[in-house]
Order: sequence, then structure tokens, then C-alpha cells
Amino acid sequence: MARPTASPFRMGLVHLALVIYTLIALFPVFLTVINSFKDRSAIFRDPLGLPMPKSFSLVGYETVLKQGDFALYFQNSFIVTAVSIFFVLLFGAMAAFALSEYRFRGNTLMGLYLALGIMIPIRLGTVAILQGMVATGLVNTLTALILVYTAQGLPLAVFILNEFMRTVSDDLKNAGRIDGLSEYSIFFRLVLPLVRPAMATVAVFTMIPIWNDLWFPLILAPSDATKTITLGSQVFIGQFVTNWNAVLAALTLAIVPVLVLYMLFSRQLIRGITAGAVK
Amino acid sequence: MGSKTLKTLLMASSILAGAGMANAQETTLTIESWRTDDLAIWQEKLIPAFEAKNPGIKVKFAPTPPTEYDAALGARFDAGSAGDIITCRPFDKSLEQFKRGNLTSLNDLAGMKNFSDVAKAAWTTDDGKDTFCVPMASVIHGFIYNQEAFEKLGIKVPATEEEFFAALEKIKADGTYIPMAMGTKDLWEAATMGYQNIGPTYWKGEEGRAKLIKGEAKLTDPEWVEPYKVLLKWKDYLGDGFEAQTYPDSQNLFTLGRAAIYPAGSWEIGLFNTQVQFKMGAFPPPVKKAGDECYISDHNDIGAGLNAKSKHPEEAKKFLDWVASPEFAEIYANALPGFFSLNSTPVKMQDPLAQEFVSWREKCKPTIRSTYQILSRGTPNLENETWVESANVINGTDTPEAAAKKLQDGLDSWYKPAK
Amino acid sequence: MSTIEQSSAIAGGDRRPRRWHILVFLAPALLIYTAVMILPLIETLRLSLFNVRDGQSVFVGLGNFGVLFGDTRWAASFWNALKNNFVFFAIHMLVQNPIGVALAALLSVPKLRFAAFYRTALFLPTLLSFVIVGFIWKLILSPIWGVSPFLLDLVGLKSLFSPWLGKPGSALIAVSLISVWQYVGIPMMLIYAAMLNIPDEVLEAAECDGITGWSQFWKIKLPLILPSIGIISILTFVGNFNAFDLVYTVQGALAGPDGSTDILGTLLYRVFFGFQLQIGDKSMGATIATVMFLIILSGVCLYLFAIQRRMRRYQF
Repeated sequence: MARPTASPFRMGLVHLALVIYTLIALFPVFLTVINSFKDRSAIFRDPLGLPMPKSFSLVGYETVLKQGDFALYFQNSFIVTAVSIFFVLLFGAMAAFALSEYRFRGNTLMGLYLALGIMIPIRLGTVAILQGMVATGLVNTLTALILVYTAQGLPLAVFILNEFMRTVSDDLKNAGRIDGLSEYSIFFRLVLPLVRPAMATVAVFTMIPIWNDLWFPLILAPSDATKTITLGSQVFIGQFVTNWNAVLAALTLAIVPVLVLYMLFSRQLIRGITAGAVK
Repeated sequence: MGSKTLKTLLMASSILAGAGMANAQETTLTIESWRTDDLAIWQEKLIPAFEAKNPGIKVKFAPTPPTEYDAALGARFDAGSAGDIITCRPFDKSLEQFKRGNLTSLNDLAGMKNFSDVAKAAWTTDDGKDTFCVPMASVIHGFIYNQEAFEKLGIKVPATEEEFFAALEKIKADGTYIPMAMGTKDLWEAATMGYQNIGPTYWKGEEGRAKLIKGEAKLTDPEWVEPYKVLLKWKDYLGDGFEAQTYPDSQNLFTLGRAAIYPAGSWEIGLFNTQVQFKMGAFPPPVKKAGDECYISDHNDIGAGLNAKSKHPEEAKKFLDWVASPEFAEIYANALPGFFSLNSTPVKMQDPLAQEFVSWREKCKPTIRSTYQILSRGTPNLENETWVESANVINGTDTPEAAAKKLQDGLDSWYKPAK
Repeated sequence: MSTIEQSSAIAGGDRRPRRWHILVFLAPALLIYTAVMILPLIETLRLSLFNVRDGQSVFVGLGNFGVLFGDTRWAASFWNALKNNFVFFAIHMLVQNPIGVALAALLSVPKLRFAAFYRTALFLPTLLSFVIVGFIWKLILSPIWGVSPFLLDLVGLKSLFSPWLGKPGSALIAVSLISVWQYVGIPMMLIYAAMLNIPDEVLEAAECDGITGWSQFWKIKLPLILPSIGIISILTFVGNFNAFDLVYTVQGALAGPDGSTDILGTLLYRVFFGFQLQIGDKSMGATIATVMFLIILSGVCLYLFAIQRRMRRYQF
């Protein structure tokens, strides 16, 4: 860690570039948030103005909180996402390890088979999936969603983890074998910690489509008790499409939990990434 | 990490168990619908009124956003998880569900006698033998205008095409208001609020529609191309950037008082009432010359049917019988002004704007949207093509003649009129 | 699974007779994946060989494919969607991935202050639901609301504004750029992780040789992150050819104006599930799905067999 820092001028340029892109990334979110606190005519008259005492209004939030049970929807989304990620990571890493570590007949074929799922949207299997869920009585349960999302997340997880696991040194693993570690211990104790950055990355990528999915909640679990936050806000937007106060307030409320969740994850993610780098 | 995950798992399993419990004592009927907007009205007015009279039957209104309704309902039918009561789209879409055995024939439903054949037409087989949905409401097209704007500019409500464009020209010249609030971004707005709104005047309503179905007229005939030529003239009076203006944009432009005229469907009335600060008026599609017969699109829009695989057919029929009753018609029509009851018993409506719309039934000849019956059964789908082409004409992508030719070619590729 | 058991003879570094652990490692993933994903998908793809004649499902062989490519209308909408999809993909490759790599390179500058803030901020759009993204961008680009004309006015370019989402010539580019805005965080994160994984010793050695700054990026870092760039390219390819949600929320299921933003995903959705008065056609939908699958499969195979094999991997 004895590298010299870049010159202040070049550092300044780096910050300038990052700040510009940060503005691009955040501007739409900023616009949503400030306008959610304004009254309807102010939203139209002066979309870029900050909420002033004269234009300040919470009517959007009042409408949102009166309708629907957003706390419950949030909880549903959280459970589905967390449990699915857990299974995707565990099963995905196990399979990726088997594929990258061992040579056996059909290895490439198996890899290709597991990658097939990246290529067709699982949405196409909807009818058969729904039939299966009806047959097993899982319709309108969160379990149905967790099963689908786990299956949906596995191919990509295996694909990425496979790539990363190949960079784990063979010497290390062989040293472990000589020390008499079982294959399971090698996986759990040696390899998993080393691919933590990749695991964290996969976790984030798995989380996004699950959290934001509208289709399967709509088909498999549309009941009030199992509605996810994305479905809840889509129904809400459908209901209040011209009421921009309410829609912008609902969007703001939908952004906040994602942000919090990511901040929590982000620390894990970065710790994972740096743990991988500093050996 | 480990203990946290475990906790989450435990939490998950306890909630999953909770979700599975249901009350075994009562029958619960679930209504499938695309009308997310009506959630409050069902929960607060309609369902309590039904449940009060029918103890032991609980009703749940479970709407799906309109854009996903058809796809989601189709998947639920295929898998057998659809609700008991199905809100029916008019004509071919529901007919197809009936043919596939997803909807039950409701011929023996006592309440059906409350409806005329015209009302039932949207949900009856071609041979007239089976009716499979209880008609709930129709919607009427026309124009809603800002009365204050008209008074300020001294504009008289236009009755003819000439007066209509003179009015638009006057509003444009004044510059305070955008003459007309309509966009082409969402496509259907141009087709439904534009083409289907003014079209019947030119193709003479039912007469022209019947000819088209029989194959005696083509979409390239002058009476079908002319509405497109008129729509093209609208272009000059739409707001800046109408190509990217969405339907909610149009609604907001009008309700915020920035636009003077809004090509409308009567279903807007309820929403507009809650949002506008000025007086509104309405007029039917202008005729070509003074004294011409006027035509309006009075389109059967929404019905209620019974899922053939419902586990509670008896209770569901009880419910549908109630939907067919004058009592339901009265609550529904007044809770949702602009959704006009199809019940033969006249319904007293309180809303003046809704009364204005419905009064046109007396003086104008009603028809339904030209693409809905029979002509949208094949591929390419005439209704969807009409959306695209109506927007294309206004955007200037296609000339009226080219648009009409594309539509007719598409229709010719699969539709063979019965001789 | 028998292949695994028999294969024990050709064990790599491991000489135990039966390697049950391979099965244990693979089984849970295989089981869930096969039952919940593959079997339903096979059921769907099977439909592409059938069609409904007189209310009966009949085997038609490759007949549906004949219709898709032979019938002028079907073929026209298919080729239009495919062409748009390639444009969509090209914009992602040319805009999204270079920006992603650049941002990752900037973020991995040593001793960068506020790095955590930048990371979170830059990744935020990726976390947003397409419901939110579609709604916000429609508002921003709306000529009615006036945000983009106003912003362009600030830099004196107001005359450049036009209702992009509503014009056939610009709608696809606008939608692609919205998608780039949303997903740029993914290549950024992957490359960022790969850059942090480059051991300090390598970089220090480079610095000792006087390779710093730009040339360090080109000569040292880029070759080392090449496998990750390979991954993001193939992920972008697969993601773009499966894309649907954003176009659907921004432009609707008909992907207007005049089908100019129609990509394979939206075409498939309309045909398979139906839209408005259009009744869903499972057979033709499955046919399109099969073709999409073959397109993506050939892309992935190209990557796996032609590119990935040749790429050098460095074990640290």
C-alpha cells in the first residue's frame, strides 16, 4: 500500500467526472422526491423548484398511506428477496464449484445445461409453472415466488461464480487436500471466502430482478396478504395515474426501502470485495 | 450472516403458514377485474350492499392493472386459478373465453330479462343462442370542453365540422389555451378518442359497420378514409410535442385548465369532477353539415361473467343476479358517472355532465366501435392496427389513404366475409 | 446422473473411486432449476411444434416456423423486432459498457475520497424498479412537463429538443439510453470488483517500471479485466435479447410509434399472452420464443467456445 497518490490536479479531474455522472444518475430520483412534496399545480408550474412553504404539500403521502398496506407489501418483498438470494447463492456456488473444480464426463454439457436458463425468459414457462403451483397448493404463498426466483437466479449465479472460481489458486486447494480436508471443507472453508466479492456481486444482481418483478407476483401471488411492493405500487399507479402527487409519493416511498437495503448490502459487498483483494 | 439468515427463514416460514389459513365458514367470491380505479367503490358501496342482503357470502374485488389484465387472466384460466366472477371485455375477447370453456352460459340467469338484446349483444354468441356475461355498462364518446374558456373567447358550442374547426382556430389564435388535449404517444388515444369518436358520423354508424362486416364496404372507401383526413387536420391544434404526450398528460392538460377541448370518453367524468376547478360542458361529435343525422359511439364496455371452473357456482350466480338488478345499476351508475347502465330499467343519474352525454342517445344514432365485433378475431388484429395507424396519420408517418390501405390489406389477409 | 458416477475413472487430481460429493454439490441446483424452470420451458417450446386446428391441438412439425418466416406480415414484424433488438444491443455495447468500465476505473483510483458515496449513487438507478424508471423518464422527456426543454435551454440547446419518445426516428435510441442509464451499474460493479482483485504487487511492479496512469490502465489493468469484460458483454447480449420490461413500461405493449421500439421481448409478449383484443396465440408465441432461444444460444456458444476458450485467465 505504498503507492503514491495521484497528483491533486488529476484527482480533481477524477472527481469532476464522477460528480458529473453522479448528477446524471441522481437527477431523476431527485426530481421525483422534490415534486412529491409539492401541490399539484406547483408540480406542473415549476417542476424543478424546491418545495417552498407556499407550494409544500403532503397530500400525495396522505393518499398513499390511506390506500393499501405498504408496510406489509414491503415485508413480503423483503422476505421473498432475502430467502431467494440465500438459496441462489448457496446452491449456485455449490454447483459452480462442482463445475469449475472437477473434471467429469458431461461437465461442459452440464455447464451449458445450467446456462440455458439465462437464455429464455422464465416468463414463458408461466402457464406450466402456475399449473404446478396450483397442483401443489402453493398459489398465493410466498413459497411459490421463492421457488421461481431461486430457479430463475441460479443460471446466472452459476455462470458468474464459475468464472470467478476458476481464478482461485489450485495450489491452495491442493494444499488443503494434502492437509486432509474433505471436499466439502475445501468448498466451505477455502473457496467460499475467496469468492466473496463475486458472491456479493451475484447477490446484488439476483436481488434486482426479484425485487422489481411484477409478473410473477401478479400471476402466482396476487392476494392482498402476499402482494409485493412492486405489484402494490403498480396497482396504485394504475389507480391514481393522473394524480401525480400520489404517484410521486408512492414512487418515493418505493425508492427508500431499496436504497436502505442496498446500503446495508453495500457494506457487505464492499467488505467482501476488499477482503478478496487484500490477501 | 448465518444467524441473520436463519431468522429470516424462520420469519418467512411463519408468515407462509399464516397466509395459508382461510375462513372455512363462509363462501368467498373473488372478482377479477381490470378496473383498479373502482377498488374504493366496490369496497365501500357495492360489496357492502350485496353482503348485507346475502349473509354467508363474502365478496372480494381483486383488480389487476388494465395493461396486464388480459395476459394475467389468460394464464390464470389456463392454470385453473382464476377468480369466480370475471369482468368481461366486450365482444370477441370474451367470446373466445366462452368458446374455450372458461366462461359459463348465463341463459338461465333470472336477471338477464332486465337487458335488451342490444345490451346483451356484446356478450352473446354469433348465433344468438348463448349469453355469457351480465352487461354492466356502456361508455359514450364525445368532447368535453372548458366552459369558462368558451365564454371568455365567445365561442358557441360547435355543432358542425366547420364550426368545430372555427372554434379550434379561434382558441389557437387567442393563445391562452391549447385548443385540444390529445396525444399520440399511447396510440389508443388517437384511435379511441379520435377515430372511433368522430368516425361513426362519416360511415353512418351501424349501417357502415354492418357493410364492413358483410364485405360490402372496404376501409379504403371514402367514408372510412374521411375520418382520417379530419384527424389529420386536428394535428395543428394539438399541444407542442403531442407525439410524446401520454394519456395522463392529456388528462392533466385539460383538468389543469391549460387546454380548452378534450376528446373524451364518458368514463372520464368521475375523475374530472374531482380534479377540475372550472365548469365543464360536453358536445357530441360534430356533423358534416347542419341538419345531418348525428351518430355517437355508445359502446358496451364492461360485463360480468361466471368462471366455468368456479367452486361456488350457486353463490356466484346469486351475485350475478344482483349485478343484473336495478339496485346495482343505480349504485354503479351514480358511483361511476359516465359508465351508463345497460339495464332496461331507467336509472336516475345525478351528475349533469353524465346526463348531457346520455341525452345524446335521444337525438343521435348509437353505434359501437367499428373494430370490436368479428373484425378483430384474426391476425393481424384490426383494433391494434387501428391504434398504430391512427397515431401514424396524426404524426404524419402515413397519409390517410396509406393508413386505410394498410388496415384493409391486413383485414383481407385473414377475413373472408360470409356471403 | 450416471455420467457423473462413471466418470470417476478420469478423475483430475483426485483418485477416490466414487465422487459422490460432485453429485451433492450439483443436486440442489439441478433439482430446483429443472423442476421449476426447465420443465415448464420445455412444455412451452414443445408448443411451437403444435397448432390449433378446429379446436384440436395438432402436431404441425416446423409449420409454425414456416408461417413466421414465410408469411409476409409475420416475417415483417419479426425482422423489424430483430433489427431493433440489434440496435438496442449495439447502443448498450457502445455506450453502457465503456461508461461502466470508465466509471469502474475512476472508482478504483487509490485513496479516492467519497468512493462509497459515488458507488452508491452510481448504482442507485440499477436498483430502481422499471415501474419507477419508466414513469420518471416519461415525465422528464415529456414536452408537457417541460423539464428537458428547460434543461436544454440552460445550455442554450433548446432548439434541439423534440418529443423523442414519440418520433419513430428517435424513440428506440431514447429508450435504449434510458436502459443504459438504468443498467450501467452492472458492468461498473463487475469491472470494479475485477479491478480490486488485481493484486497490489502487480501494480507496484508496474509502477517500478514506470508504467502509470493511462498506460497502466491500457497495458496492465485492461488485459487483467478482459475476462470480466467478456462476461459483461455476454450478459449484455443475453439481457438485451430478453429485454422487455422497460420498453413495455415506457412505450406500451405495441412498442410505438409505428412499431419503432418493438423488440423480440415485446413481440413475444403480444403474441404469446395477447394484448387488448388480440387473443394470445400460444403456438406462434412459442415459435418466436424458440427462435429467440436459438439466437441467444448461438451467441452464448460463440462466446463459450470461440472467445472464452482463448481468453487468458490469471490465477492470483
